[in-house]
Amino acid sequence: MTVNLKQVVIVDYELGNLFSVKHACNKVGLETILSFDKREIENASAIILPGVGAFGDAMDNLNKLDLAEPIKDFIATGKPFLGVCLGMQLLFEESEEFGAKKGLGIVPGVIKKFPKEFRNKKMRVPQIAWNQIEKPENVDWGTTALKGIKDKEFMYFIHSFYAQPIDRSDILTITNYNDFEYCSAIHNKNVSAMQFHPEKSGEIGLKIYDNFKNLIV
Amino acid sequence: MIATRIIPRLDIKGPNLVKGIHLEGLRVLGKPEDFARYYYENGADELMFMDVVASLYERNSLQDIISRTAKELFIPLTVGGGIRNLDNIKSVLRAGADKVSINTAAIKNPDFIKKAASKFGSSTIVLAIEAIKQPDGKYFAYIDNGREYTGLEVVEWAKRGEELGAGEIVITSVDREGTGIGFDTELIKSVADAVSVPVIAHGGAGKLSDFEEVLKNDVSAVAISSILHYKAITQFQSQKDKLEEGNLEFLKSGKKYSKIEALTIQEIKTAIASKGILTRN
Repeated sequence: MTVNLKQVVIVDYELGNLFSVKHACNKVGLETILSFDKREIENASAIILPGVGAFGDAMDNLNKLDLAEPIKDFIATGKPFLGVCLGMQLLFEESEEFGAKKGLGIVPGVIKKFPKEFRNKKMRVPQIAWNQIEKPENVDWGTTALKGIKDKEFMYFIHSFYAQPIDRSDILTITNYNDFEYCSAIHNKNVSAMQFHPEKSGEIGLKIYDNFKNLIV
Repeated sequence: MIATRIIPRLDIKGPNLVKGIHLEGLRVLGKPEDFARYYYENGADELMFMDVVASLYERNSLQDIISRTAKELFIPLTVGGGIRNLDNIKSVLRAGADKVSINTAAIKNPDFIKKAASKFGSSTIVLAIEAIKQPDGKYFAYIDNGREYTGLEVVEWAKRGEELGAGEIVITSVDREGTGIGFDTELIKSVADAVSVPVIAHGGAGKLSDFEEVLKNDVSAVAISSILHYKAITQFQSQKDKLEEGNLEFLKSGKKYSKIEALTIQEIKTAIASKGILTRN
């Protein structure tokens, strides 16, 4: 008897939390291929773009490996795409990290650094914390990777920069860090992306990978 | 809003979970994997593994424990002990760690923090400071598990570490460590006030009110060991006969450690939540 496993390609561009993402996928029964091969990426049935570290280094690596276009081409096919942490930020137009640096430009908006203080209160940066994800008004998580996750659920965050999308309709979750509210996940057609780490957010985080698996045809 | 993290710290010697007092006199408590899973299931927000002898004897058996743990437990893992160069960091991260904590190598060569932060990102690099209070009331940083004096004043070193690129600081009171007499809040507060990166308080937790006390300060997390281990150990009594290596006398005697309450993570979270501090579940 053969079991037909659903498969995802995790983009391996020498940066980041590849293995924890792989372990989480495997745990929910999703078969993983770590790859920087253009053809494999273009022909994947689903893609995860992980990432930890600096935006500039990440874009340099994607460009060096000639992966920016294949990733964009893949997204244009309409098949499921998940960005995690830096993998979310890279989808935007540019980051102010070390001077303006161009991103993949799939989602309109920019990446900014957390302020050092907000409303006269020290902002500890990086944010390294379990923080809550809140559902914006008029957004239905039921059809997204967050299906079955309850409003204000805690997820694990570790980052110094945050995304500022131009279109409100792209915002999937809002997070409040010391009263500073920002967009902590986005959705745009077949693209879902999270600033937090579902693969480090316990059994509830795994539910997001399970949902993502179910989006794969 | 953010939840205060409760981080079980697991001191590892060879294949075993150990615990000492003032980082010395290590007793074997059991298998690290058993404790790690138990804490994960009880709501640990992160796990901190410390190879307590690596810094002295150049061994790193921790890697196997980490890679087994990372496949099954889906919370952040911080690993320290004997991290000396960029290759060490790379291999620990590949084994499944999310962050590495560095003490001795950072003090011997502060530039190492800078290089590590620029290669792996600040948020991956935790500066571990082991503090001992001097007779004149000043705190100094020590290396090699609190054995070697460095002449570095703790607050100055913490600020320097932040400038060099450390993304988080774990501050250990060696004087309090393993004693259960409470956190050194004066020490913790002085570091938390001086830096803008998250600060983890470690050393001395022995009862519920200690948490309330230290969390009056702007600390992001507490790292604790004995208080949890002495409760968890009751779960794994049956396995103690399988352990072979190290100081097993304490474990086999079935004695309790009287100065430290045995608590679960949930009991601690419930207690601090009742004081208005946000926790995850």
